[in-house]
Amino acid sequence: MTTASVTDRVPSAPSRPAGFGHLLAAEWTKIRSVRSTVWTLILFVVITIGLTALLSWLVASSWTGPHAASRDAQVALDPVGFILGAGLNLGQLTICVLGVLVISTEYSTGVIRASLLAVPKRLPMLAAKGLVLAALLFVVAEVVCFCSFFLGSTILHSRVPVSLSDRNVLRAVIGAGLALTVLGLFSMAIGALIRHTAGAITTAIGVVFVLPILSGLLPGSWGAHVNGYLPEQAGGLVAQAHPPAGGNVLSAWQGFGVFCLWAAVLLVAAAILLRRRDA
Amino acid sequence: MIEVRDLTKRYGDKLAVDHLTFSVEPGRVTGFLGPNGAGKSTTMRLVLGLDHPTTGTATINGKPYQELANPLRTVGALLEAKSVHSGRSARNHLLFLAQTQGLPKSRVDEVLGLVGLHEVANKRAGSFSLGMSQRLGIAAAMLGNPEFLLLDEPVNGLDPEGVLWIRNLMKQLAAEGRTILVSSHLMNEMAVTADYLIVIGRGKLITQSTTEEVIARSTDTSVRVRSPQAERLGELITAAGGTAKPGENGGRGGAPAPHPGGPGNGAGLLTVTGLPAARIGEIAASASIVLHELTPLASLEEAFMELTSGSVEFGRREPAPVNAAQGSPQ
Repeated sequence: MTTASVTDRVPSAPSRPAGFGHLLAAEWTKIRSVRSTVWTLILFVVITIGLTALLSWLVASSWTGPHAASRDAQVALDPVGFILGAGLNLGQLTICVLGVLVISTEYSTGVIRASLLAVPKRLPMLAAKGLVLAALLFVVAEVVCFCSFFLGSTILHSRVPVSLSDRNVLRAVIGAGLALTVLGLFSMAIGALIRHTAGAITTAIGVVFVLPILSGLLPGSWGAHVNGYLPEQAGGLVAQAHPPAGGNVLSAWQGFGVFCLWAAVLLVAAAILLRRRDA
Repeated sequence: MIEVRDLTKRYGDKLAVDHLTFSVEPGRVTGFLGPNGAGKSTTMRLVLGLDHPTTGTATINGKPYQELANPLRTVGALLEAKSVHSGRSARNHLLFLAQTQGLPKSRVDEVLGLVGLHEVANKRAGSFSLGMSQRLGIAAAMLGNPEFLLLDEPVNGLDPEGVLWIRNLMKQLAAEGRTILVSSHLMNEMAVTADYLIVIGRGKLITQSTTEEVIARSTDTSVRVRSPQAERLGELITAAGGTAKPGENGGRGGAPAPHPGGPGNGAGLLTVTGLPAARIGEIAASASIVLHELTPLASLEEAFMELTSGSVEFGRREPAPVNAAQGSPQ
């Protein structure tokens, strides 16, 4: 416990403000140094790839032909949409959880105080956190989506051959990873707004899983429009090569755009409240 | 210098900080003293830009905290509430803070060594004892080698060795010319640590002066004497071993003294220390000196208690009904 080093002047630069790159490095340190990140990503990989393999195998082994069973007809119409959806419908939950946790645990543990003392203008911290989360999710999600696709298409090959060069297939696989990345940011915004882990995860899952079910109960074209513009419904379109006819009010990229807009609105709200609220 | 001007913070209908004005000078340890719930933590959070003031300003070297370029290189803070992720190692906690300020990685190891945590640097902070957590908090505060340090109840939960260590560290840092503000609800602790005291209660400033003065006032009970023959009485008191000073001595800060509104306030007035009121009365009587007033004054500590007891958050006066005993959060 030497006290000598107290007096040592800090080496390196005078008080030139640290750049945004330093904040990115700091947020990377934060996200990689807690177990929850590793665990949610492991769960994401296992659930998504595992369910893709399981469901593809079940479909392939009980194949009765596209004319005999409506499920088989749907798979035959959009094999890539089926393969990606098989794993991601549940796997995307883990992305919601990770997105919420990167900010909500700062509040539950009090780290937010240290973070804001270091970056008192606050918004650069949120921006750096969002960028680091997005970069991490993009890489992991794209890898998982491509793995899922190759695995699923191999299993289904004897029934419904599908390859990346088929129309819209490459776009669907890349799009699925993009949609997952935006879902992470969407969840982070919810976490920043609600600031409590349990409440924020419940909200994010409610928006992704429960709202589409509720809006599905709405009657007629009115219901279809509401349903089509819901964040997860709109964002999911980009991961399908040939969405089922009827009921789609948006094209694939339009849907992705609507999803991005949802995320952007929530992020702006989160940024405004982060500035205004006491930490 | 830290300057707080007319600072007010209102939570709902509760004034946590009430028009507080003070400044903290460099080169000495300034104690921030008040009972629990007096508004010390809130004031520090306002100075650090974590909470937004309702009115008033708090500046560091003339700037609000939000405008400091690399704030941790100017100001180090240890807050009472924890601010570490229990699953993150001490080293990674300090590393991300260092990165935000553009500080080199080597500085993390330096401060870990400074607080004696280098051997547990890679352990999860959640496994730390209260004392180790406080040391980690000090390490974070010292990371940017700051000119200003704000420490909120730093000795809470520390063993005697840790208390001594923090006390010496603060004194050394002050001697190097830094500005240190340290809060406590314990007058005894402040008496041995701080050079200067700012006392608050219920969000209001009660008094501020050097620690010596505060101690002198709180240990010596003084007596206010009013007499037409004050000069003669003063000599007799001095002869009897007391100390008599003319006037309303010592400027009792903001502490309330019952103020008889009589004419000629100040004339014929003595403040006597070192003798009890009864003895002064006997001296006056034996010399046939007329007394107009003979009032024992409360010590500062008593005044402090009196002022703050009505506002202590978890009131000790009347036991509250059981179902309402939770009090307000701090």
